[in-house]
Amino acid sequence: MKKLIIVALLGFSTPALADDALFADMGGQPGIDRLVDASVDAYLSDPRIKAIFDESNLDRVRAEFKVQFCQVAGGPCVYAGHDMAAAHKGLHLTNADFNAVVEDLQGAMDKVGVGFTTQNRFLARLAPMQRQVVTK
Amino acid sequence: MRLPTLWPALLAALLPAVSAFAQPADEASSTPPSRGWFDQGKLLATGGVSQVEGAGGGGLGAWALITGYGSDHGAGVNGHYTTVLLPDYRLDTLGAAVGLFDRLELSYAWQQFDTQKVGAALGLGQGFKFHQNIFGAKLRLVGDAVYDQDRWLPQISVGLQHKENDRGAVIAAVGGKGAVGTDYYIAASKLFLAQSLLVNATMRFTKANQLGILGFGGGKHDAYSPQLEASLAYLFARDFAVGVEGRTKPSNLAIAKEQDAYDVFAAWFPCKNFSITAAYADLGNIVIKDHQRGAYLSLQAGL
Repeated sequence: MKKLIIVALLGFSTPALADDALFADMGGQPGIDRLVDASVDAYLSDPRIKAIFDESNLDRVRAEFKVQFCQVAGGPCVYAGHDMAAAHKGLHLTNADFNAVVEDLQGAMDKVGVGFTTQNRFLARLAPMQRQVVTK
Repeated sequence: MRLPTLWPALLAALLPAVSAFAQPADEASSTPPSRGWFDQGKLLATGGVSQVEGAGGGGLGAWALITGYGSDHGAGVNGHYTTVLLPDYRLDTLGAAVGLFDRLELSYAWQQFDTQKVGAALGLGQGFKFHQNIFGAKLRLVGDAVYDQDRWLPQISVGLQHKENDRGAVIAAVGGKGAVGTDYYIAASKLFLAQSLLVNATMRFTKANQLGILGFGGGKHDAYSPQLEASLAYLFARDFAVGVEGRTKPSNLAIAKEQDAYDVFAAWFPCKNFSITAAYADLGNIVIKDHQRGAYLSLQAGL
């Protein structure tokens, strides 16, 4: 009985699964996969930023985004790809580039049915990456 | 309209600071801005709208955000028209503003305050009007309201609004100490993106009576006093926000007790070139009339 109470208390004090609530709200891994495919399609058709991906292996880009977005959303993934600063080194990206990516991502989230408040929770976790991504 | 003599000095003081901020420290690139000067490189709504004295902000209060959609490598310009329809008065504002490198904002606004029937009652004449030229400047100091989602530090800017009223004789007659005055403010803005909330708080140091429409300083009080402007906006969509604002004001004149102002507003941003803000504002007592509550409507168009 005592043990049960302790377990119950622990259950209350650590809101289990709270961290992956966002991952769930984004449709789990299938939702993330759809989002990444829609957003990469949007980047590649956006004249403002498509040149960024000129030298990229797009299959690898999509695969890395899928793992990274999963991790950022609190899902059960560990992103082992390049860190943000290294991945964007030499691209000379500006805030305007970063914001164009954000706008395309927002459009992709609309497209795959991620609600506005959920979009903002996700973007809030991505926003600080601006400091590593934008170098110009 | 008297030509402002303030600008050369102001620009001379601010431009070195701006160019220092605008020069990327680690990049010696000489390529021109790839998107042109008017790059619309900021996210929708992140330039705010035009507040009643012409600065980038909400309706009543100035915000720390730099007006327009120019990124840190570009510029944004806009014009605005605002009207406030009160039971006994009407305020119209026309203005223009430029945001440079998401760092410096310069603004100009022309205000007309129509006393309608009150003018006759006060012996000024039916429809007597006060006019004000307002020259504003705002410099962003630290922080980024949008990107710094992992930090508590808000975006912080300092600014000034230099106001020149054309009714010095009337202002003197009602006990105002001057027809020209300058407000100074420090503003903090923070987007709590995960909560879809934008929070602003501004401390303004001012002697203005009714924004300066009734001049500056008075018999009761003739010194700068700190006043608070605060607002909270909830984003219902990328292009639509609803919020509340409050603005305290000094009560310097002996002839009337000036009250604080409040409003509830909705702002719609159909695109980066246009926004429309509608509000219900309570400006309290204005001279001999209490309960000056009414509609506030503002349009902004820009590049």
